[in-house]
Amino acid sequence: MFGRIKHMVIKEFIQTFRERRNWVLLFGTPLIQLFMFGYVVTTDVNNISTALYDRDKTPESRELARRLQSSGYFTITDYPQSPDEIRDLLDRGKVLCAIQINERFASHIAARRPAEVQVLVDGTDSNTAMIAMNYAAKIINQYAADLVSPSPKAQLVPIDFRTRVWYNPDLKSRNYNVPGVIASIIMLMCLMLTSMAVVREREMGTMEQLMVSPIRPIELMLGKTIPFAIISFGDMILVTTVGVFWFDITIRGALIFLFMGTSVYLLSVLGLGLFLSTILKTQQQALMATMFFNMPAMLLSGFMFPIENMPEAFQYLTYLNPLRYFLIIIRGIFLKGSGFDVLWPQMAALLVLGVIIITLSSLRFRKRLA
Amino acid sequence: MKLLRVKAIAKKELIQILRDPLSLAIAFLMPLMQLFIYGYAITFDVNNISTVVYDRDKSSMSRELISEFQASGYFTIAAYIEGYKDIDTYFETNRAKVALIIPEHFSKDVKTGRPAQVGVILDGSDSNTATIAEGYINAVGLLFAHRLPGAKVLPVIDVRGRVWYNPELKSRNFIIPGLIVVIMAVIVALLTSLTVAREWERGTMEQLISTPVKPVEIVIGKLIPYFSIGFADILMAIGIGVFWFGVPLKGSPFLLIALAAIFTFGGVSFGILISINARGSQAVASQMALLSTFLPAFLLSGFMFAISNMPGPLQWLTYIIPARYFVTISKGIFLKGSTLEMLAWEATLLTLFGAAVFIAAVKRFRKRIE
Repeated sequence: MFGRIKHMVIKEFIQTFRERRNWVLLFGTPLIQLFMFGYVVTTDVNNISTALYDRDKTPESRELARRLQSSGYFTITDYPQSPDEIRDLLDRGKVLCAIQINERFASHIAARRPAEVQVLVDGTDSNTAMIAMNYAAKIINQYAADLVSPSPKAQLVPIDFRTRVWYNPDLKSRNYNVPGVIASIIMLMCLMLTSMAVVREREMGTMEQLMVSPIRPIELMLGKTIPFAIISFGDMILVTTVGVFWFDITIRGALIFLFMGTSVYLLSVLGLGLFLSTILKTQQQALMATMFFNMPAMLLSGFMFPIENMPEAFQYLTYLNPLRYFLIIIRGIFLKGSGFDVLWPQMAALLVLGVIIITLSSLRFRKRLA
Repeated sequence: MKLLRVKAIAKKELIQILRDPLSLAIAFLMPLMQLFIYGYAITFDVNNISTVVYDRDKSSMSRELISEFQASGYFTIAAYIEGYKDIDTYFETNRAKVALIIPEHFSKDVKTGRPAQVGVILDGSDSNTATIAEGYINAVGLLFAHRLPGAKVLPVIDVRGRVWYNPELKSRNFIIPGLIVVIMAVIVALLTSLTVAREWERGTMEQLISTPVKPVEIVIGKLIPYFSIGFADILMAIGIGVFWFGVPLKGSPFLLIALAAIFTFGGVSFGILISINARGSQAVASQMALLSTFLPAFLLSGFMFAISNMPGPLQWLTYIIPARYFVTISKGIFLKGSTLEMLAWEATLLTLFGAAVFIAAVKRFRKRIE
């Protein structure tokens, strides 16, 4: 049995690597995806183009503008002179944020009366808008606190929060997102390759040739799957290495756990790809079905949107998603240095998912051949 | 060019599409599913941040602070802990993201008017949630301070935030107008890109070549059915967005539909161009489509990730992505009520893109066997 599987695997490798464009396909595309996702998927908001409408024009208002600018979050690009100009700048999308310092800002501060600052944000991108609003409030409140602290009587904040940040002290979103990117690229590649390869054999009619050979269905299935398991593993190593060195990310945990986690993850994703291929007839269908599965799997995994914020029904749905478990594993290992003692439930879940789906698809596979 | 032959090709293509009901169904189900996931499951809002509390004071004052946190709606108390070690456990197993440590002399400090220190530990791995949580914590602290008896302090600077275009900061409102673009990318990348490659791979291209039909007729004939599907998809998405999800459509619906038609034309032509260049391999065509249409539309169009946050070279790259212009158009018409005058630049570029790609597809289409 193992002899036949070995020959089948060798045949697959020869067939795959004979063509140079397949090299590009298998190893180039994940890298391009890594760079695209790695740079784009960020929740850091910097250089928000900002219009400043300073109606006060005093040293105090200029100091506030200077602080906004030097924070790095805001880049003041325009100095409108009327509310109409602000409206126009926001309408044309030239600025995302407009800050209006009202008249008598400085004199109100001196008189200990609340001085008014208006922050207008373009809500068309609500995430950026919310973050911009938070940053602006933080900077302005800090400035306010600095202004009053010389006089002990006007204690603004009687509670002094001493904040410490664990695992990612600089709060760089890249440290959180790049491991997520690696996990989702591997899923997309692995699903697409497996489902298309098996379907291709059927579409081209070469499946019949394999069936007349003495190979048994289970061997045929393993022979088709093992090469993709190896290639996906190679992709994982490639993408992880490039990701770590290029984006300068540290892996705190042990590589052996990453290896274990990847193995069970690939088991379940390969199983899924195989399962899809037993339902589908053409490569067109394989491509559509892969994307049909992949999009929600990415959205409902915690990759970009935390699962806790979803409605309960959707939270339950995520338990069926292998990416959900692997994200916890890979982020735990990268950021928190977690080990098997913490991550075993996720690994067990992936193993169970993988075994179930592989069993299902091998049953279906045999039926389709018969 | 003869209309009769174009009609014949279009009819043949249509029959082929109808014979594959699964792919056709996915073409309509995929945008629907995405609309519903974005509409119901996903929000950028951060609430229910799971929090552990280490209350060393155990006074009525400390309990008041805790209930202030709970009442804010942003924090859910996951557990009360009795030691620093527990924080580790809760953080590592992702059962909490924030730890509050209220010191023993908290109520004494507050009563005597000294700044009371409260320790905050944040799980920084998800930097976005951590940043937002920090903002909320300070806001809750401020609120608590104002409720204290005898508190007369007014905020020194009154920050008035206002959000334009999308005042409730509903992610839905900015996602759904942009989603139309992703839907297009799906139709283009997944449906159209295989259409020519499949004919080569299956050998039906030879049959087509032996007929007197000209390249331009084949391209137009293949374009018509896919254009219709894409256009129907867009109308469906706009309809569901407006009538089901209540996304306000401030501008002219006719302008939106007209520009969507131009965009669809360019997109479908591009899909055919990919298919011609894939040299008869559907696997290559699908990867090319993924990299040149699907990912850029998803990542680089500004649909979800703000272009201003991207590194310089990637920002330049977005200028050659047609989806970028259509995202601006769609969001502009939906949320800002933009007119054709305001969108003239984007509309012109889209038209030029469509024409150029169509001509390129006709030129590249070779009607001979290699």
